[in-house]
Amino acid sequence: MRKLVPALALHLVLAIGAVATLLPFAWMVSASLMHRGEASKWPPSFLPSRATLENYRELFERLDLGRCFLNSAFVAVVSTALALFIVSLAGYAFAKLRFPGRSKIFKALLTAMVIPAQVAMLPLFLLLRTMGLVNTYWGVIIPSLAPVFGIFMVRQYALSIPDELLDAARVDGAGEFLIYRRIVFPLLRPILVTFGVFSFMGAWNDFMWPLIVLTDDRKYTLPVALANLIGEHAQDIELMTAGSVLTVLPVLLLFLVLQRTYVEGITLGGIKE
Amino acid sequence: MSTRAALRPRRSRAEARAGLAFVAPALGLIVLFFVVPVVAGFLLAATDFDIYGIGDFSTARFVGPGNLAALLHDPVFWKALANTFYFVLVGGPLSVAVSLAAAMLLNARLVRLKGFFRTVYFAPVVTTMVAVAVVWRYLYHPRFGLLNQILALFGLPDVNWLGDPRWAMPAIILMAVWKNFGYNMIIFVAGLQSIPTTLYEAARVDGAGPWQQFRRITVPALRPMLMFVGIITMIGYFQIFTEPYVLTGGTGGPLNATLSLVMYMYKQGFRWWNIGFAAAVALVLFVIILVGTLIQMRLQRERQ
Repeated sequence: MRKLVPALALHLVLAIGAVATLLPFAWMVSASLMHRGEASKWPPSFLPSRATLENYRELFERLDLGRCFLNSAFVAVVSTALALFIVSLAGYAFAKLRFPGRSKIFKALLTAMVIPAQVAMLPLFLLLRTMGLVNTYWGVIIPSLAPVFGIFMVRQYALSIPDELLDAARVDGAGEFLIYRRIVFPLLRPILVTFGVFSFMGAWNDFMWPLIVLTDDRKYTLPVALANLIGEHAQDIELMTAGSVLTVLPVLLLFLVLQRTYVEGITLGGIKE
Repeated sequence: MSTRAALRPRRSRAEARAGLAFVAPALGLIVLFFVVPVVAGFLLAATDFDIYGIGDFSTARFVGPGNLAALLHDPVFWKALANTFYFVLVGGPLSVAVSLAAAMLLNARLVRLKGFFRTVYFAPVVTTMVAVAVVWRYLYHPRFGLLNQILALFGLPDVNWLGDPRWAMPAIILMAVWKNFGYNMIIFVAGLQSIPTTLYEAARVDGAGPWQQFRRITVPALRPMLMFVGIITMIGYFQIFTEPYVLTGGTGGPLNATLSLVMYMYKQGFRWWNIGFAAAVALVLFVIILVGTLIQMRLQRERQ
């Protein structure tokens, strides 16, 4: 009985926090279902008088946002798949294979993480231009294929693989790549799932680099398309919120399905968004 | 053991070769698409590389510290610098404080449905900044916006959030705190869970109140995490770009009140193609982040 009042107060504060956190999402979904002009009527109402999908229809039919959705999906899936391969190889090697300069190179990589990506952006743009990669999906994908935080994550996890296991395979005559593919890769699966979720969400949500590299609106990823759309359609609240729902939904669903993996990844430490 | 020792010489050479081969793709990509551009960025900052340079690299001339000198005489640069510091120095501590408060609430023993609250508080973190900023742009609408409607419920006057230079930056900070606090909250929850409850019980027996328990037990125990969180939050916040870009339609307005350093670099470099000048802005950002990181590390070490 003595604990009832503090418990109630705690839950009240938490509930207010939850409502404040969810309110923008709730309004986003609600406004996206309103008829054109309904969200900017006075007095404003929170819920649509009669829900409609016309905004979503217009996004797909007239504004071709379905294409941008596929662009985003392509960029996120391809960059994640390639990064998983590159990062798992490197992370495993830094943890388990002795080679000259190993610890020096690894330390240098970690130190380089203080350098903000923006320092590299202008020269990188010029470099990609001479390679003919500006305004291509590869121009968006390539710079993010070997993230240092991913190498670090995998390396920390791979340290726990017992040497005896690898040595036994070597005694049996297995080559190093076979050992990686048959023994190490399956053992790394938990951390690779975590990294994969981070990588996918990072690529899906990224804005500045695709904004710089992509110039043709048929190649835009969803965030770039959305930021571009608000230039012409700032008054069309219902349409823009529908675009926001479309952009946010895949990552939100992915998070809800894989949230334990994702949250564990953060507490592993050393992870930079 | 004996087979292992016998295998060692041959094995270690094969191992070294494999190790180098395995890190080669990652290192190759990092060198070509990060290290080389960073070095080139330093060089570029000392040239007058512009739109003509894009067509023909040889038109760019070496100007030495010319860009830096021009920056120091550029009032817009100083405005962007001041805005960025405003965002970092107010938004950063506020974000960390909200994260810590949320973590402590979640960690309280009496709380049920912890998983549910954690998921809800974390949801904004995973969402797309651009989409969220589009929504907040409407929440901040002076007439129809939800925020002013809520203020009106409490009898408070309307605020012209994104139209008034005094309110534009607070509006961006508010949105950033909402979007980001869940991330650091997760780190703090993990830290709080590692503090033995017996410590608090002993403190209570000794008559320590909640504030004293917080100062004498919680904060010292969380110190390594506070440093980590402080540094990553600061580094991230110095690079603010998307929030003002989307909320202000790419202008950094009103009256440059939300123009950040990175936005200024973007405008100079990728909109007006003053590439050498923009590279100098990026360099300033790098130096600031480096110094900021070193200061935070020093401060934390002194306190220990």
